[in-house]
This record gives sequence, C-alpha cells and structure tokens, in this order.
Amino acid sequence: MHLLNLTLQPATAVSGATVGSFSGAKGQEILVVRGGTRLEMLKLNTSSGQLDTLCTTEAFGVVRNVQGFRLAGMTKDYILISSDSGKLSIIEFVVQPTPHFESLYQETYGKTGSRRIVPGQFLAVDPKGRSCLLGSMERTKLVYVLNRNAEGKLFPSSPLEAHKAHTLVTHIIAVDQGYDNPLYAALEMDYSDSDEDPTGEAYEKVEKYLTFYELDLGLNHVVRKWSEPTDRRANMLLQVPGGQNANTDKFDGPSGVLVCCEDHIIWKHMDADAHRIPIPRRRNPLAQRGESSRGNIIVAAVMHKIRGAFFFLLQSEDGDLFKVTIEHENEDVRAVRIKYFDTVPVSTSLCILKSGYLFAASEFSDQNLYQFQKLGEDDDEQVWSSTDYPENGNERGALPYAFFTPRPLENLLLVDTLTSLDPICDAKVVNLLGASSDTPQIYAACGKGGRSTFRTLKHGLDVSPLVASPLPGVPTAVWTLKLKEDDEFDAYIVLSFPNGTLVLSIGESIEEVSDTGFLSSSPTLAVQQLGDDGLLQVHPYGLRHIRAADRVDEWSCPPGTTIVSATTNRRQVVIALSTAEIVYFELDPEGSLAEFQDKKSLPGNATAISIAEVPEGRRRTPYLAVGCDNQTVHIISLEPDNTLETLSLQALTAPPSAICLAEIFDISIDKNRPTMFLNIGLINGVLLRTVVDPVDGSLSDTRQRFLGAKPPKIVRTTVHGSPSVMAFSSRSWLLYTYQDMLQTQPLIYDMLEYACTLNAAMCPEGLIGISGNTLRIFTIPKLGEKLKQDLTPLSCTPRKFVSYPYANIFYLIESEHRTYGSAAVKRIIQEKEANGDRVDRKMLDLPANEFGRVRAGAGKWASLIRVLDPVLNESIMTLELDEDEAAFSVTIAYFERMGGEPTLVVSTAVQTTLIPRACKEGWLRVYAIRDGGRTLEFMHKTKTDDIPMCVAGFQGYLLAGIGKSLRLYEMGKKALLRKCENTSFPTCVSTINVTGARIIVGDMQESTFYCVYRSIPSRQLLIFADDSQPRWLTCVTDVDYETVACGDKFGNIFINRINSHVSEKVDDDPTGAGILHERGFLMGAAHKSDLIAHYNVGSIVTSITKIALVAGGKDVLVYTTISGAVGALVPFASMDDVEVMTTLEMHMRAANVSLVGRDHLAYRGYYAPVMGVVDGDLCEGFSSLPYSQQQSIAGDLERNVGEVLKKLEQMRTSSAF
Amino acid sequence: QAELRYTLNTQLEQLHMRYTGTGHPDTTKYEWLTHQHRDTAAAIVGHPPLMAYVALADGECQARARFEVMERMVQPCGKPPGKTDE
Repeated sequence: MHLLNLTLQPATAVSGATVGSFSGAKGQEILVVRGGTRLEMLKLNTSSGQLDTLCTTEAFGVVRNVQGFRLAGMTKDYILISSDSGKLSIIEFVVQPTPHFESLYQETYGKTGSRRIVPGQFLAVDPKGRSCLLGSMERTKLVYVLNRNAEGKLFPSSPLEAHKAHTLVTHIIAVDQGYDNPLYAALEMDYSDSDEDPTGEAYEKVEKYLTFYELDLGLNHVVRKWSEPTDRRANMLLQVPGGQNANTDKFDGPSGVLVCCEDHIIWKHMDADAHRIPIPRRRNPLAQRGESSRGNIIVAAVMHKIRGAFFFLLQSEDGDLFKVTIEHENEDVRAVRIKYFDTVPVSTSLCILKSGYLFAASEFSDQNLYQFQKLGEDDDEQVWSSTDYPENGNERGALPYAFFTPRPLENLLLVDTLTSLDPICDAKVVNLLGASSDTPQIYAACGKGGRSTFRTLKHGLDVSPLVASPLPGVPTAVWTLKLKEDDEFDAYIVLSFPNGTLVLSIGESIEEVSDTGFLSSSPTLAVQQLGDDGLLQVHPYGLRHIRAADRVDEWSCPPGTTIVSATTNRRQVVIALSTAEIVYFELDPEGSLAEFQDKKSLPGNATAISIAEVPEGRRRTPYLAVGCDNQTVHIISLEPDNTLETLSLQALTAPPSAICLAEIFDISIDKNRPTMFLNIGLINGVLLRTVVDPVDGSLSDTRQRFLGAKPPKIVRTTVHGSPSVMAFSSRSWLLYTYQDMLQTQPLIYDMLEYACTLNAAMCPEGLIGISGNTLRIFTIPKLGEKLKQDLTPLSCTPRKFVSYPYANIFYLIESEHRTYGSAAVKRIIQEKEANGDRVDRKMLDLPANEFGRVRAGAGKWASLIRVLDPVLNESIMTLELDEDEAAFSVTIAYFERMGGEPTLVVSTAVQTTLIPRACKEGWLRVYAIRDGGRTLEFMHKTKTDDIPMCVAGFQGYLLAGIGKSLRLYEMGKKALLRKCENTSFPTCVSTINVTGARIIVGDMQESTFYCVYRSIPSRQLLIFADDSQPRWLTCVTDVDYETVACGDKFGNIFINRINSHVSEKVDDDPTGAGILHERGFLMGAAHKSDLIAHYNVGSIVTSITKIALVAGGKDVLVYTTISGAVGALVPFASMDDVEVMTTLEMHMRAANVSLVGRDHLAYRGYYAPVMGVVDGDLCEGFSSLPYSQQQSIAGDLERNVGEVLKKLEQMRTSSAF
Repeated sequence: QAELRYTLNTQLEQLHMRYTGTGHPDTTKYEWLTHQHRDTAAAIVGHPPLMAYVALADGECQARARFEVMERMVQPCGKPPGKTDE
C-alpha cells in the first residue's frame, strides 16, 4: 500500500510563543510554535486590530523552545530554537521578497530526540544577547557565546559545559545583570542520595536549589557561582531587570529572580535578603471543613518594561492574572507586591506588545489578543506586599492564605481571537447536509473543560452577508460602476435582465435612476467606466459611450448581426458578433472609442471573450482571449504592430462557457510580477487555469478543477485590495493570492449567478452578487482559512460521540476530571447549609468558559450526555450523570429485545482515578432513543467491576471492554446480561471496532487483536490474530475487512493487515474449534497482522475516518490530532505516481528544508521506520525552493518545473482540498 | 590482553559518565526501572502533544501536569530496596 500524507488544516495548539522585532521594521511580531512543529509569525494589523499571519513554516521536527535575541548593534531580533534535532538553530525572519524564515546556523550538540540528558528542554538567552544556555531535564547544560564573524554573520562559539550529574532541572532562565558577565539561574534537585537510601528519609529531605551559573567572558569559562536551597515546590523562575543604565547610572532594577512556588513567589538574589509574597487564591465555596486544597502554581508569566519601570503579569493555573511589582532602591528591594489583575484562559505563553496588547496563547482552544485598558493602578483590588509579613515573608512555614474574588475583565479588552481546534478529542467526517453539499463536513469535539466546543468544519471561505434584497425579476448579471476614474466609491449598480437593464444609484440608500444615459429597454452585456469620465454600455445591438455633458456616442452592429459577447477594460473594448467576427475598439487621445479598421473572423462562434485590466503605466493589455464553440481558445494580440493576429491556440475537451484573463500574483510561477492567468470555464463544470506567457502569448501549465454541476461564469474581482477571480457554478469559488500563493477555494454561501466588487462608503471592500431574484451584498472577512467553523459550546471536556442512524443527531459524552458535577455541587451546598455554613454562590455562578470550574481532588468528576444537532448547531438535551460518575464511551446497539431499534449505551465509572487506573464501580447505562432521536429515556444500568473503557454494538448484542476483558452482553429486562467473555487481553481493552462478523479489539499498549464470536457449541469470543509489535493505541478504524488503520500515543499512524487466506479460513470455521486449537505463535495468537504502512504524524491522532473528501474522488483516511490538525492519507492511483512522488520526496529530503535541521526521514520514522507513506507536505515545499533547485529536481524527475507543480496540485485537489 | 581490558574499562566508565542510564552487569531491577521511568517522564515533557494528552486526560493544565511529572522524576518507583548481603 502506498499513501500520500496531506495536511488539510495545520495544527493550531501553541506550545510556545515569543515576541520581538523579527522583521526589523516598525512594530513587533509574535513568533508562535504551533503543534510543536510549525513556526508561525503573527503581526498585529493596527488598522483592523487583528493578528495577521505573515508566514508559516513546517519545521519537520519538534520545536522545544524558541527565544528571540539581539546582539548589541543589530537592528533586528534573531530567533534561537532548540529542537529534537540535537541542534541549536539560529533563524532569521526575512521579509523581502516574501516573508520567510531563513536558517542561518545549525550547531550540533547532541543526539536527536527529546531525551532526558540531551539539552534543549530549556533555552535561556542573556538579555544582552551575548550568550545562551541550553539545558536538559537532567545533568546537561551547555553555554554558547554568540558572536559575529568578519562578515557580520552570527555564529555560536564552541560550547562550555556546566554539567552536574544526578541533578534534575525544573527551570532555567538568564539573570539580567546589565553588561556584567552573563548569569544563569537554574532550579535543581539532586537525587543521588534518595536513590541510595532505602528508608526514604533522604527522599523526604531532597531540596530544590536555586543555582547561579556565571559565564566569565574574559576567561571563557562557566562557574557554578552560588547555590542555595529554596522552596521544594518551586516550579518556575522569572527574570527581574537589573544592571545600570549607561546614561543615568540608575539601576534598571534589582536583578535577581522571582522563584514561583506552590502558593508563594520569592524574590531572590545572591547575597540579598529574600522577599516572599503569597499567590492569592480564590475562595473555594465547596470546600468542606477539614478539607485542605492543593496549592496554586504559576503557569505562565511575562515581564514588561515600560518607561524605566517594569512589572510582571503572572498567571495561575485557574487562569487568574496577577500583577507583581517590585519596589527597589538601586539594587536593594524594598517590597514585592502582588494584586489581582484579570482572568484570561490558562496560557502556555503570554506576550506583551509595546503597543499595549497582551497575546495570551491559551494551552487549549482559541487564542486571544487583549488590549490593555489600564494597568490596574488605581483600583480597589487588594495588594499584598512582602513588607506586610514578618521578615519580609521569609519566616518558616507557609504564609497565610490571601483570598481574592475573580471578576470579569476590567484592565483588558478582548480585541481578537484566533480560532483554534485543539485539542480535537473525537471527530467524524460525514456529509449530513444531503443534496445541498457534494462534500462531507468534519464534525469535531474540541477543547477542554469549560472552553470545550463542538465544531462543524466546512471546506470553504466564510462569507459575511450584509444585505439581501428582492428584485423585480431574475437578473443575469450585475456590475458596479464609478462615474470618474479617480472616484473613490462606486456610484451605480447595473443589473441586466433578459428584457432590460436596471440602474441603481448608490447614495444614502440604493435607488433606481433613469437619467443615466443607459439604454434600459434591452439587456446589457457589459458596462465599463471608460477613460477619465466616460461610461460604456454594451448591449446586443451596439455600444453606447456616454461622455460628459449629455453627449452619447453610439455604435451599432451591422444590420442582421448582434453582439454575442463583449469584454472591456478602462481603455479597450472587444466585442464578438454573431457572424463569428471580432471588433476591436480602443480609446483614442480625444477620449472617444476608435474602431480598428479590420474585423477578425473566427473559426467558430465566440462563446466567451476576455481581456485583462490595463497594466499600470501601459496603454493597453496585450492579449485577448476568445473561446469558440468549436472547443478552442485563441489568444489574439492587441498590440499595434500585429493587431488581431492569433498568437496561440488551445484545444479544449468541451465548449467553453466563460473566459477570464486576470493578472494575479503567484510566487511559484513568477517571483516578481503578477502572472497572467487564463481561466476557462467549460460547460461540463470544469475550470481550466492556464498561464499566458507575457512575451509571446503562448499558453502553458494548465491546471484543472471541477467546480460544480453548472457551466461556470467567471469574473474578475478585487478581494482585500488584491486582484482575484470568482467563478460561479453550483458552488461559488474564489481564486486569490494568500501568502503569495494562488489559492482556489469555494465560498460557503448560497448559490450565486454572478457577482462583482462593490466599493461603497457603507461597504468599502464588499462584493455584490445575485442569487435567484435577490441582490446580495457580502464580504469575505478572512482569507486563507480553509475550513469554516461553526460552533456549539459544551460544558465539560468532550470524550466521544456517535451519530443516530436515522437523523442528524449526535450523542456526545463529556467528562471532566478534578471538578464537581452539578449533583455534587447541590449535595455539598445542601450539607453546608444544613450545618449553617455560608455558601458563596457568586463564585459558583461565574461562567465556566471564562473562569473555569471549582477545582476538586482526584477521583471527582463532572460528566454528562448531550444530544446535539450538528447541522443547526444546537444542543437539544443534556443528561447529567450521578456524582463523580464519568462517561468513557458511547455506542449505538441494536438489541433484539428493543425490536432492533437503535439503543444508546454509555459506559461510565464512578470515582475513577488515573494513577493508578481504578474506579469504585463501573456502569453500563442503557437509554432508549425516542422522539426521532431527540430524547433519551433511561432504561437501566448494569454494574461492572472495572472501568468500561469502550462499548460497541454487535449483532444484536453489546460488546464491552472492561479492564482486561472483552464481554458480550444481551439486553435484559432490568439489566444487561453477561453472555460470555474473553479475559486474555494484556493491558486494557481501549477500542472495539465491528466489521461484519469480525471484532477488532485495540489494547491500550499491545496493538490490535482480531476476534470472532462463535455461538456453537458454546458462546465464545476467540482471538485469531494479533500484532507482533506493542502499540499504545488511541484510535482504530477498519479500512477493509482485513485491514485496520490505527493511531498511537506517540503520534504514529499505521496500517495493519491480516493475510486474506487466514481471514477466509476463520470465516469458514463455524465452531471456532480450529481457532481454539491452533498453536499460538510468539506467545500470542496463531496469526499475526502485517504492518503495511507506518508514518509519524508528529501529534497524537485522535480519530481516523475513511471517506471520499471530494465529489467523485476516492476514499481517503482523514485523521485529526490532539494539536488541532486535520490531515488525510490518500492512496496512490498508479505506480507511476508513487515513483514520481517518492523520488520527489527523496530530493526534497536532500534539499533539507527543515528549519531546525531535523533529518526528515528520521522525524517521520520517529519510533518505527516510515513505511509506504510519502510526505505530501514536504513535497509541496518544492514550490518555495529557489528556481535553480526546482529545475535540477524536475530534471531528475524527467519533467519541467511546471509539470511537477501541476502534479503536486493535482495530487491534492483530486482527493482532498 | 590486560592492556585491552584496562582501556575497555575506562571507556565504559566514560560512557557511564556521559550517558546517564547506561546499564552495566550489576544494574538492579530497581535501577533499571527508575531509569526507564525517568526517561519516560522526560519524553512526555519533551513532546508537547504527549504533554497535552496527559493534561487533557487528567483535567489539569499543562504546566501543572508537566510540573508533577518532573517532580516524580526524583523517585519515580518508590523507595529503593535495601541492600542485600549477596
């Protein structure tokens, strides 16, 4: 089997972010790492207030840490990356000609992989950019001095070691000492004693040390300068500004570090008295007497300098932001203060922009950009200061709790949200829209806790409709017109009907006007603002050139002929007559239209003609494209020396219905100028896109794409200020430039017949279109988004969902650990009130999507079953489970007792703990489905002795995976009745898939087992084949009767197949005796499945679906990952394709496009060698290689560059998007 | 022969110094297991999707889950067994 991996939607989860001036231009950029492997540069667009993506690149390696740095005297920030490649990468962000990342230097320091003693987990950069430290989780620390060579190129020196064996490192940062020697601080724990001490005393006494390492620049040597024990539960360090200002001799700050511990923050420096403050906490309204809750830790923090002062924003694990300030006198700290600031979702990283924005990279779900309204300076929030406590808070033991009340945002204002799918917990790809959509949608259960959502993803661009107004008839076309060339806005809307023309003027309102000079009694073929202040109308019998001062020049067709098609631009007009002739007009210096003396006759009647806009600084566009009904397209010259001479010709497979010439920028074809594209719509609904050579008008590089069932119409439009092309078939499509590449995407909107750009005061960048007898005004708010999302909020972390077979209804289970369900909340409140305790209900009423839920200990769960309409995006019904009962799996089963009607079974467990995996009791809950799927009625529940991790319906029975056993249940009156079981699974049954009579069981650690059920002579579940490799499965899908596709916990996706004759033999054995008595092989089943494809996706795969993604396309495997990515594995159609793509992949690997220097083959074969899968993402990187390199690779493939690019596009568009 | 054994030994010692967790003939089950657990913990922390997976399952935020995994590295398999006289 040969597959091509394509990413449909790249990962969205942010694992790290850093802010800096990477472009060197005004303003700052934010560099984010998405999904651990993708670098993305974001910049705030000050006019729209949104974050724009400047560029995004796949690193093909795990990016562990990113930092910006700047050497003295440099004008921009550079990027340092530590990754699993075992290399330190220095990367530059280059804006010209198109924004991209450039790898400047890669310094190898260790083995590949994210390992315990290979540095890379921590990366600290000296604030002056002089050196950096790379640390591992244990032992290793390497210090590099960053230098410039004679040419000004950056390079790191050879590393200096600061290792300490048997030492675990919790965090490392650089200390700001100004221009003193670079200093690094680390939180370290030595485990050597506790490893030797069987009494456990040494373990109790293990201390966490704050250690300073100094790099002596003079001696080029690192010394362990100072080490002192600190809080054992310290988890994070923060840099405090320090050093003297060169101009004023004033100290920027006291230097040192903030040590964030559980419940406390300590300021510490060498030879200085520490200051300690508490981390304020929320009051737990559900805390019962004698219950001690866990401490709070800081999860993310940012320091910001502002006008000689500085402050910190620290975020606790509830999402609360605290502002910490340090009062200091030179290097002496007087007080450290903390106060509550605001609450934003828990982030992995916080970034403050100098322009007054806070980017909170949420760890799960959408990322938010906030604007600072104020800095929390003059409000009445309580301040806790270290001076309030004896010895500045340094006495032994914990400080008294500091409580605050969370409230809605006061200091911050939400200005932009980057939608983010991560984590996708479960997904289904299915077409629920029936005939109104020819492609399936992706339904994904995303998010964690209160921010969970259920999202519907449709391929296409989102459209925001503004106006829909009815018209007196059904128009065939619509145009907008300016009155003068230099007008800012359009003045007229011209609608052409089969029997007339309607002109509307755009003013305060849109009104019909009649004194425009346009002929209203006949339909219109084209209108154009001509020259400086002329207007042109082309109607079937002639041209009307309306010039200023009531002067109308008319040109009539020769008697007996009509105009069948016309095309215009600012200076040129071309019409096609019904006699298969072409007439060409051009604006003369007096501003009147001059007809070219000759007519050009064509071999067939013209069905469509087109010219492009006049290029800037030119008098005319050089080419005319004509489509004839004899299935040809001609390119005809309009240049003066060979006017109306045919330059080139292309034969088509069907008559053209529309043609459009447009100049659009695409870097993969021409890196400097816009390329002229000829877009041809054929009557069979296919769009051909051909490049017109700017010199000789020859046609090359034809790409084709199926648009829809109707013959398309094609028009030139402007979207977001750049030229684009729209095509209207049964779906509307937009061809536009995004990040310098031409994109073709459908619009998610009603079917449009025609549209054009509308530039009006009320809607500056809109589009106006017609759909049936309505006029539509709409905009396309965001380009570049491949998938449109609609969402339904959920209340807890979603786990799994199933669909009701007869209607568009999903049953979704949600369960969240370490929180109270509503049953528990109710009980505790009742108990507390009975005891006469006060309950702070305000805390309980805070919305969970902003503030999270009240935390609880392990074993406490909130869980519910939700009935959801995925098409209307509404939740129909929710069913809360009992206290601490959590749902783990859901399925539809068809029981005989229920008359074969679908019945919902939910498996739950009470007081589940994950370490160790245990529960008080498990339950299988059975619900009858009523009311067309919209209501669930509880029937009964059956107790189990372990967590039922998965359930599946099977031939009128229910299969349940309960701990290590697979059980078969029959529906009974008051409970499910256990019929048989197989307890020979090694770890825990985690997935069950049923294909016909075959059961595929996935074990948590030991891959898949192929089982069958036999009822003669007795009921048995028999394993007949298993896998020879251990696999930690997350999801399993059957590809065909013998084959399964699985995802595992390490980000692999692989396909296993059993031999077909084994499969037949098993099916021919009615009693199962043969299977039962076969000799086991390799301590397992008698047969083993073979691995036929293996690939490391780079993120944990959570669902796999087999479905065709495009109309008439072949089935592909669509997968989703925990990082929010959607991808597809596409089977190759021919061995030729396999050969081409494999060779291309080999060359691309050799080109070494990885920014972090990771070997691609090693990365895709992270845990097991990659097998049978070609990385399409890598191959598509071909389009951004330099031309010479492209040429040499294409030469090896015995093709030219255009053909390779075409192949790549075709591989994607033929089965995915 | 003797010389070879001598160099081999120093090489081994150096290897053990450089690569924490390298086994030797006297590695006990406890030591081996402890190293395995520490390696696993480091791998979880070092791979962001795996960290997210752990955090998601446990209902914790990633920073807390990471912190707890790191803390567990000190003694991941409980107290070491007492020395036996063998």
